[in-house]
Amino acid sequence: MNALKELFGGSLRQFGMLFVMVALALLFHGLTGGLVITPTNLMNLLNGNSYILVLAIGMVMVIIIGHIDLSVGSVAAFVGIVVAIAMRDWGIPWWLAFILGLALGAVCGAWQGFWVAYMGIPGFIVTLAGYMFFRGANQWVGKSLTVPVPKAFQYLGAGYLPEWGPDTAMNNSTLLLGIVAVVVLVWMQLSQRRALEKIGADVPALSVTVIRLVLVTLVIGYLTWMFGTGRPGSSFPVPGLILVALVILYSYLTSRTIFGRHIYAVGGNRLAAELSGVNTKRTYFLVMMNMAMLAAFAGMMFVGRSTASGPFDGVGWELDAIAAVFIGGAAVSGGVGTVVGSVIGGLVMAVLNNGLQLMSAGSDATQMIKGLVLLAAVALDVWQKSQNKPSITGLLFPSKKGVAETPEHTTKAPV
Amino acid sequence: MLDQTDDILEMKDIVKEFPGVRALDGVSLSVRRGEIHAICGENGAGKSTLMKVLSGVHPHGSYGGEIFFEGKPAKFSNIRDSEGAGIVIIHQELALIPELSITENIFLGNEVRGRGGIDWNTARQRAKELMARVGLQDDPDSRIKTLGVGKQQLVEIAKAISKNVSLLILDEPTAALNESDSSHLLDLIREFKSHGMTCIMISHKLNEIAAIADSITIIRDGHSVETITVPPGEHVDEDRLIRGMVGRPLTSRYPEHTSHPGDVLLEVKDWTIRHPEVTERLVCKGSTFQIRRGEIVGFAGLMGAGRTELARSLFGRSYGRYVKGTMTMHGREVSPKTVEQAIELGLAYVTEDRKVLGLNLLDAIRTTIVSADLPRISSRGVVDRNAEHVAAEKYRRDLRIKTPSVNEGVIKLSGGNQQKVVVAKWLFTEPELLILDEPTRGIDVGAKYEMYGIMNALADEGKAIMMISSELPELLGTCDRIYTVSAGLITGCVDAKDATQEGLMRLMTLVPTNTTTAA
Repeated sequence: MNALKELFGGSLRQFGMLFVMVALALLFHGLTGGLVITPTNLMNLLNGNSYILVLAIGMVMVIIIGHIDLSVGSVAAFVGIVVAIAMRDWGIPWWLAFILGLALGAVCGAWQGFWVAYMGIPGFIVTLAGYMFFRGANQWVGKSLTVPVPKAFQYLGAGYLPEWGPDTAMNNSTLLLGIVAVVVLVWMQLSQRRALEKIGADVPALSVTVIRLVLVTLVIGYLTWMFGTGRPGSSFPVPGLILVALVILYSYLTSRTIFGRHIYAVGGNRLAAELSGVNTKRTYFLVMMNMAMLAAFAGMMFVGRSTASGPFDGVGWELDAIAAVFIGGAAVSGGVGTVVGSVIGGLVMAVLNNGLQLMSAGSDATQMIKGLVLLAAVALDVWQKSQNKPSITGLLFPSKKGVAETPEHTTKAPV
Repeated sequence: MLDQTDDILEMKDIVKEFPGVRALDGVSLSVRRGEIHAICGENGAGKSTLMKVLSGVHPHGSYGGEIFFEGKPAKFSNIRDSEGAGIVIIHQELALIPELSITENIFLGNEVRGRGGIDWNTARQRAKELMARVGLQDDPDSRIKTLGVGKQQLVEIAKAISKNVSLLILDEPTAALNESDSSHLLDLIREFKSHGMTCIMISHKLNEIAAIADSITIIRDGHSVETITVPPGEHVDEDRLIRGMVGRPLTSRYPEHTSHPGDVLLEVKDWTIRHPEVTERLVCKGSTFQIRRGEIVGFAGLMGAGRTELARSLFGRSYGRYVKGTMTMHGREVSPKTVEQAIELGLAYVTEDRKVLGLNLLDAIRTTIVSADLPRISSRGVVDRNAEHVAAEKYRRDLRIKTPSVNEGVIKLSGGNQQKVVVAKWLFTEPELLILDEPTRGIDVGAKYEMYGIMNALADEGKAIMMISSELPELLGTCDRIYTVSAGLITGCVDAKDATQEGLMRLMTLVPTNTTTAA
């Protein structure tokens, strides 16, 4: 156990959740006779869940500051229909429509953030109102009809990377991504070691770093091979790439920037944060606004994947995103949670969903099992806290501290 | 003179420990039937803890010693038990529900049952009778939040006497009341006494104690010092009470230090602040004072005197509503309106309640230490984690924070080390004026000594220190000058060398005659 701990730099708890996900995938792989861990299924898994995971990234920040956002599904649907109509009826290009969508998301978020931050109305109420309002707005703008989006926009939600260069028996774009990921990780590990040496902090043994890098390289290599050897024309999917980029960006934002520190400070103890010079209102405002922008992003990804925007897009998304965040170890009382944890939490749900579907379980059984898994994950977390000592379950179902993580973990998990 | 059989309550050698602190260390108390028994002592002496032991808030078994009530051993495991026996306590913080009516509050948890629910007609009728006994003429259906504090206190008492009470305990009943409400309350207590009820009253207001008490028990540092019986028709000498409350010898619990005060760093004139909610109440009434570089200036006062409120209002107006007054630093007038601006000006404020106001207990030591001045170690909004590590390590060494690693969570530290982390967080902002609000509360003697050493070192560096403390020996042992605050007014400024605890206590309990509330 100590060796493991050294290997994963003390964030064994996050590793525990990852372990659950892999175990679930292997379990279903066995139960379905090898249907889960295949290139096509993994691509479907990413394509079909990345918009929920994008929402989970924003949702964990909202939950860390002690609020909740129930409006994300409705905002996503509203932005989706406006963007679809803008492209069909006004003839604007797809990229301009995308920018328009993000801007519209920002406006929706600024509206909700204003009430939460400056009027002091609980996020639950404000976003419950938003949930109704933006759902209505979607149906009003789209006249409750389905509006198709052009091919170029579909790339966002279900696209694949291009094929080029010599025949390597793999998709070369995916191969390149895998190589870049390994190189960047090695470089980050080494520069981190140098920095630690320079300031005279404890540097992990060289063997630990080497073993860690070898393991990570193997994992990335395996994933590269899986995604690179799917049916011709497929690759690591575009939504997956967007997700990875957002996870890296937001992990960095939450753990390394002043703004990120303020989010945890406000959620952990608002009064203390205020007396330390944190502008708590601005923090609330920006986090709510950011959530709606990510909801807009997710909405557009979904529209791209389903090739059209409809009146029932985004129904129930907010609850899936919230479930992902809590499985990922966030606390209802705020101050605790990580972007990576939430995405892994979302992936656990996704693997569960996918595995049960492949076993041809009905949606009745799937929902019941998902409900129990959510409850079990959080209950074990609470139980472990009340025991006040580390336990096996405590390691598997972790509660993440609002402590910055080391860089290798922010990039490793989602690849 | 004291007849043993006439005691309604006898508490023997009560010992109560909290993690790291022995709050009560052998307190004994005997209360005669039908008397008004006052308990007095400094803040933190153990008065409220003693009453919590008596009323079952701290259940039997969680404390040492014995309690006899009405001659029988009392083993209360909760408030319901003690109330069943006839002991009712009215806490300092009123326990009324603002949105419910007077009737509903009086019978909360003790509802008048009728057929199929609460019998509101009977309840209202009985509420009226109880209200008449305490002199309340309001509509029993009015909501608590529409009443003033004085009337709310009377509702509490009505609620207490609805429970067939034989021993009524009042914890600081007049702390929040104005003079006429206070005297009405004292009259009421006297009237109860004439009907044979026994009262225990905890109070800071020595003049009230002198006016009303039949016996007085003084508690100091968790010990009962003495019980004074006041002969009928006489009043106790307030000076004697003060001596009893503060009379511990000053030993070398404070490091030797000679200050070299420099220029005036901070000058505050006519600083006036309103209460944030009760806007007709002034919490600072024209405070004027100054602090020099290299000087440690104490602020003495009883709880609620307005010291914290003064400090926080100076610190970026983080408390109350500004009315008037000027603040000058380095001879230049400044007016920080946010905490950010205050930090930029070189102010730092170590809060009194570190768990509620000072720390994010979910955070790590290293991230806490840099949290009040992140821009210092950041470029373009990105925190340099290596610089953070270096800074955290520096303060860990300088302040001797005992921890295996600065990556540990602050929640794992002892109180004294948590306090050092808070101090480190503010030292990291490189302040010129450091405000310390009860910096040694709840930390052990060794950590206190270290904290004084840190203060002295900072003063020697030329920083100015404003220290708020409720422990008079501490102020006398560490400060150069001491201002006394009472009811929002600065009532005196004494040189620490010439000051005595008795003298300070007299200034702190001075009730100013011009207690105007409106500006």
